[in-house]
Amino acid sequence: MADLRCTIAGIRSPNPFWLASAPPTDKALNVVRAYQAGWGGVVWKTLGEDPPVVNVSSRYGAHMDTERRILGINNIELISDRPLEVNLQEIAQVKKDWPERALVVSLMARMEESAWVELVRKIEATGADGLELNLGCPHGMCERGMGSAIGQVPEMVENVTRWVKNATRMPVIVKLTPNITNILWSAEAAKRGGADAVALINTVNSIVSVDLDAMAPTPTVDGKGTHGGYCGPAVKPIALNMVAEISRNPFTAGIPISGIGGISTWRDAAEFIALGAHGVQVCTAAMTYGFRIVEDMISGLSNFLDSKGMDSLEPLIGAAVKNVVNWNDLNMNFSTKAVIDQDACIDCGRCHIVCEDTSHQAIRISAGEGRRVFTVEPDDCVGCNLCSHVCPVPSCITMQPEPATQPPLTWTRHPQNPFRQTAPETV
Amino acid sequence: MNDSPLSVYQDLVPPMTDLQASAEANRCLFCYDAACTRACPTSIDIPGFIRGIATGNLTGAATTIFAENILGGTCGRVCPTETLCEQACVRTTAEDRPVAIGRLQRYATDAMITSGRQPFERAPATGKTVAVVGAGPAGLSCAHRLALLGHQVSLYDAKPKAGGLNEYGLAAYKMADDFAAREVAFVLGIGGITLYPEHRLGHEITLDGLRQTHDAVFLAIGLGGNNRLSIPGEDLSGVEDATAFIERLRQSPPSAPPAVPETVVVIGGGNTAIDAAIQAKRLGAAEVTLVYRRGREQMKATGWEQELALTSGVILRTFAEPRRMDGDGHVQTITFERTTLSDGRLTGTGSTLTLPADLVLKAVGQTLLTGALAGIAVQGGKIVVDDAAQTSIPGVYAGGDCIASGEDLTVQAVEDGKRAAHAIDATLRLSALTAA
Ligand SMILES: Cc1cc2nc3c(=O)[nH]c(=O)nc-3n(C[C@H](O)[C@H](O)[C@H](O)COP(=O)(O)OP(=O)(O)OC[C@H]3O[C@@H](n4cnc5c(N)ncnc54)[C@H](O)[C@@H]3O)c2cc1C
Ligand SMILES: Cc1cc2nc3c(=O)[nH]c(=O)nc-3n(C[C@H](O)[C@H](O)[C@H](O)COP(=O)(O)O)c2cc1C
Ligand code: SF4
Repeated sequence: MADLRCTIAGIRSPNPFWLASAPPTDKALNVVRAYQAGWGGVVWKTLGEDPPVVNVSSRYGAHMDTERRILGINNIELISDRPLEVNLQEIAQVKKDWPERALVVSLMARMEESAWVELVRKIEATGADGLELNLGCPHGMCERGMGSAIGQVPEMVENVTRWVKNATRMPVIVKLTPNITNILWSAEAAKRGGADAVALINTVNSIVSVDLDAMAPTPTVDGKGTHGGYCGPAVKPIALNMVAEISRNPFTAGIPISGIGGISTWRDAAEFIALGAHGVQVCTAAMTYGFRIVEDMISGLSNFLDSKGMDSLEPLIGAAVKNVVNWNDLNMNFSTKAVIDQDACIDCGRCHIVCEDTSHQAIRISAGEGRRVFTVEPDDCVGCNLCSHVCPVPSCITMQPEPATQPPLTWTRHPQNPFRQTAPETV
Repeated sequence: MNDSPLSVYQDLVPPMTDLQASAEANRCLFCYDAACTRACPTSIDIPGFIRGIATGNLTGAATTIFAENILGGTCGRVCPTETLCEQACVRTTAEDRPVAIGRLQRYATDAMITSGRQPFERAPATGKTVAVVGAGPAGLSCAHRLALLGHQVSLYDAKPKAGGLNEYGLAAYKMADDFAAREVAFVLGIGGITLYPEHRLGHEITLDGLRQTHDAVFLAIGLGGNNRLSIPGEDLSGVEDATAFIERLRQSPPSAPPAVPETVVVIGGGNTAIDAAIQAKRLGAAEVTLVYRRGREQMKATGWEQELALTSGVILRTFAEPRRMDGDGHVQTITFERTTLSDGRLTGTGSTLTLPADLVLKAVGQTLLTGALAGIAVQGGKIVVDDAAQTSIPGVYAGGDCIASGEDLTVQAVEDGKRAAHAIDATLRLSALTAA
């Protein structure tokens, strides 16, 4: 059994699965239930200055597939709406009762040093393991100059991080917003400010659907709606890219990352870790199924590590980073072709029509015995993968690489590139 | 002559493909405090294991099953899921089709059993020894759990092979490809269990002897006897207990199945009767008639099993009670009296029915053989046990078909064995403490 112990910014937990700062970590009751279920750590629901915020009724919208499975949740909730003192007391008690689980406290304040410092002092007194700066909430709080209003301005990210670092001995994790043009700007700012780790992503600005009778966005509050924060499986690709960018950017490379965004299974977690995350955080999956999904996450990740001959998380962390490159560094002489397994084919014809209408007209139809036979014409196939994704049968259409006939060639050196490099490559 | 397309030794329900398993696993709603788990006598965390299949954590899925039911492989094949877990599945409310829990369970457990890996490691040795008599589902389950908890187990069985009815009784088409033997090897693979085949209680071993040489004894001897019809002609040749017939066919290699004559009559209304009839049909009998003295509603066999018999070409006749069998040395006909039910009471109508029969299979219930039980209290044909599975003799426990715990099903026997193992473990640990 692989060892799942995880350390991030000096904070230790028995496994890398933490609950993200959100309703699942809103109070002692939930957090204790989460620990009992096996979660390695939690980031407490974001604390702010008193008086506490007030939430509206009707708070979540959902984007679902046709089977009513949740792909994404959109929320218009604010930070903790309970008095600061109640939260602090509960945090202190929970940390005392569960010493070997990670307990990080998320916080948010105005763009004023004294406001941050005062909150930090109070949290430090609870004995919590670390701080997570919420610079990402994209609704409500940002209209008050907090959350993503700070996270979207690199100078402010740097300043807040520095204020907090100067005020505490605790490890500081800076939680980043994806609602920016380039994640590196805020990640680098956090690092300059002295962050011990970054966490990403917070939720993505969104309107999840429109109620066509009320003619208002959902969730609808007395006939009106507002843009909210989107999360869940649908945002995972956005988050993975941002994590990878931070991992392979020389200035930020190696900074501990707490990966967040759409993690629902051990496999999702493994992907984040392979791209450089040291641990992960989960919100929507817990809000969809309850805390016990962590059981399969733990057993699945540990079985996966066993199957790869890895005895801890260490060898997995960042294992895929070296293979994330710029487009210009891809080998243009590599060619792969779609191949259809005729025994697995169920004769739906979708590969043909998508290739015919929208790709490269490479899939031919011929008459078989009582059914159609679809075959890929290799000369026409550009290896785009579309048919293999559209096919309803897993591994019926596979992409099979052709033997290399020429040495690797990147766009940088391609004869058709008017700006190509001509000097020999220095390896 | 034989219009039953499948060999009796072939899977009735084929294993799932990866595609089927993944699609089916994704139908599971991952219910809270799930009804299916509550309906399973061994309380397998069903949504938990199905999630493992859905996420590609097949090892985790199998481990979750085996944690509650070490014979999850057999149970996935033979449980009447239509009256247990699948009957409770909330998917049936809106869609009329439950998640195929049994088949998914087989999918996950087959993967681990085939891989040759073990899901669990034994706890440190306790130095205690337990004798388990009977290597059927109850005995295997108890022995495995005791070994897991660190005890040393001697597992005795009268038969040459372990497995009990898994090996000798369940329908061949449910246990294809010698699964019973493969599963026994998997269960014993945990270590700490020594199997003694051909050791019959009352012959090679005695209860007193076992009590002297072991710290506790678990009896899991099942129901070894068969009820008789007690009608004229019962001792003609060609009249056989259905369990003996099934045992014969289970022990024949698929390449040389036992021969069956043209006309077969099966008497009874339970699992055994249905299984015997279908297997006779699949072995090539031209006409197989199952006759039950009450109606289809009163049959113990589930609706699904009755349907299976009908679609397999078995003729079902109800409300007829056997009165005599005739033949010249070998049975030729069997005569029934028609019956009716009035106020729950079965009465003969006086009118009779005679069917030709070259083979009559009796499946009218099994009985406990008490000979070797050395005075253990028995009531209503079952060994009496208390809440901790202990019999009237201290240190002697019992479970499975030989006690009255629930229905006589494989899964119930597994649960009995598991619970008894924990009761024995608790007692042995307590005695170790007080001795120290
Ligand atoms: C024909 C048939 C079909 C069935 N089909 C199904 C089905 O499809 N699904 C289902 O859930 N259940 C089915 N059952 C019921 C199921 O098989 C039993 O409930 C289950 O096997 C009981 O397990 P057990 O361990 O108590 O007893 P058994 O399986 O009967 O095992 C008892 C063991 O004890 C041994 N033994 C007996 N006496 C002695 C002795 N004196 N000394 C030493 N060893 C002894 C026997 O050799 C045997 O190995 C079926 C039963 C029959 C008869
Ligand atoms: C209802 C709700 C409330 C949230 N509140 C907070 C919050 O107070 N502070 C914070 O940092 N993130 C908050 N988040 C964002 C989550 O912590 C997390 O970053 C995001 O949901 C992405 O992860 P997921 O895809 O696993 O849900 C909230 C998310 C949801 C759904
Ligand atoms: S989950 Fe349902 S019942 Fe619970 S607070 Fe929300 S709307 Fe109300």
